[in-house]
Amino acid sequence: MSTVGIVSPQTHLFTEPLQLQSGASIADYTLMFETYGQLNAAKTNAVLVCHALNASHHVAGCYADAPDNVGWWDNMIGPGKPLDTNHFFVIGINNLGSCFGSTGPMHINPATGKIYGADFPVVTVEDWVNAQARLADVLGITQFAAVMGGSLGGMQALSWSMQFPTRLRHCVVIASTAKLSAQNIAFNDVARQAIVSDPDFYGGDYYAHSVVPKSGLKVARMVGHITYLSNDDMADKFGRDLKQDDYHFGFGVDFEIESYLRYQGDKFSAYFDANTYLLITKALDYFDPARHFDGDLTHALAKTEARFLVISFTTDWRFSPERSREIVRSLISNKRHITYAEIDAPHGHDAFLLDDARYLNLVRAYFEHIVEHIVEHIAKEDA
Amino acid sequence: MNFDELNQLRPDLAFIAHWIAPNSQVLDVGCGDGVMLDYLQTDKNCHGYGIEIADDKVLSCAKRGVQVVQQDMELGLGLFDDQAFATVLCLSSLQMMKHVESLLTDIARVGREAIVSFPNFAYWPHRLTLLGGRMPVSKSLPFEWYDTPNIRCATIGDFADLANSVGLEVLECVALHDGRPVKWLPNWRGSLAVFRLRRAS
Repeated sequence: MSTVGIVSPQTHLFTEPLQLQSGASIADYTLMFETYGQLNAAKTNAVLVCHALNASHHVAGCYADAPDNVGWWDNMIGPGKPLDTNHFFVIGINNLGSCFGSTGPMHINPATGKIYGADFPVVTVEDWVNAQARLADVLGITQFAAVMGGSLGGMQALSWSMQFPTRLRHCVVIASTAKLSAQNIAFNDVARQAIVSDPDFYGGDYYAHSVVPKSGLKVARMVGHITYLSNDDMADKFGRDLKQDDYHFGFGVDFEIESYLRYQGDKFSAYFDANTYLLITKALDYFDPARHFDGDLTHALAKTEARFLVISFTTDWRFSPERSREIVRSLISNKRHITYAEIDAPHGHDAFLLDDARYLNLVRAYFEHIVEHIVEHIAKEDA
Repeated sequence: MNFDELNQLRPDLAFIAHWIAPNSQVLDVGCGDGVMLDYLQTDKNCHGYGIEIADDKVLSCAKRGVQVVQQDMELGLGLFDDQAFATVLCLSSLQMMKHVESLLTDIARVGREAIVSFPNFAYWPHRLTLLGGRMPVSKSLPFEWYDTPNIRCATIGDFADLANSVGLEVLECVALHDGRPVKWLPNWRGSLAVFRLRRAS
């Protein structure tokens, strides 16, 4: 299988203010995005891929000047891949508040002429979807063939189906949930507390002090990373393996798992922005579309028109299959078209990013049907 | 998929398909590769879901464009509302269940009508094999006693008793062999028992 090859990101500047759920608004913001494949003449083959916590618009392919920087869902998207760019026009958009190119807390606030820092407005999943819809307008896409995402990206896809019911024909929600559990929020808050209690955080204005709250961000990532892996997977990969022959009887690194998590934390804190981490974990916590319907998700999904593909992974304890089944139950109550698969994969939450034939073949089969419908529709229009 | 294709592939399903009203809501519990739902939605304009546990069969359903929900049927039908379906199908699956009684009760809860089929243990070659002192292995029960997924062995009469005890009324009961109804000595000559049921009022 080949990849989409060399790609390059694009940007679009939006001058009209975007009203945010918090009541604040944001003006003069830029969204960074990438596209793969060709938009057909009828503009019916566009697929929006929404990213999760630490990812970006760079979904597939690599950059000419950074061949090792491969898109985060390159195994899913490309020519001949499950989401086949020979048939689909795929768009990855970096969300507001991110640290990968779209306007975020490290950029200049046009209202003050200073870096946003702590003043960057809190954004929600719904805000992101509104911003994505504006970019779709710019690209001339009135209706997506599908909006798709895993984890936090799946929340955006789900939100699309409720916010813009007629603007997507299919909604693909993978390893996701319609709301975080108390446990999920608890983990997020531990991560946030690690960041805000770092002396280098400076209330979010660390840019002015030319420092980064690295140790807080590192701990945040370590906590998060634990929730992405399954207990079995961790036991398999690390067990109680020691870094060296024997215990050190100290507080350095004894076990392989300690070494691994610290390494992941260090790597992450070198490229990720602490304010972005705070913002994105809050967006996760706040997502609860049923909240405006007395907690009734069935009501919240009543206006949806899309067809759904929902996938969960049996060892995912972050967003367990039961969370997906809640979505499925509500969609079935609304008599929506839905396919639901529970993939028995060992890799926990991270499974949605990994190669598993059962998972990838199912997504492939689903998108092949969408292609058939697009082709049939074009043939009908031509006739 | 049209009727002839279904009839060729699965004559038992083709026989049962006659009982299902066009444009109706159908749930197929243990839908396998989705062939029945494929036929019902393309030829009869039914809207429905299948339940299936096996990965390869879930994939077959997706390839057919059949809406499938992957789950263990032993967990029951909690995903579905009361009386949500005109017909609930449970075809050649019930005999594999540990919790037959509770599944049957749940089927009666979510469907206004149910169609249940299972291999008839009283089929005469089975009786003959038992008389010879061995467990039957046949086209309808093709496994050895130690590796069979068919852990429940029932006859037409046995099932009728259970259906009544969970509050189901038997509307029709047909014994099929090679997909054709058997009129004379059905409990001897029919290898597949098919029941059409309704919740007793």
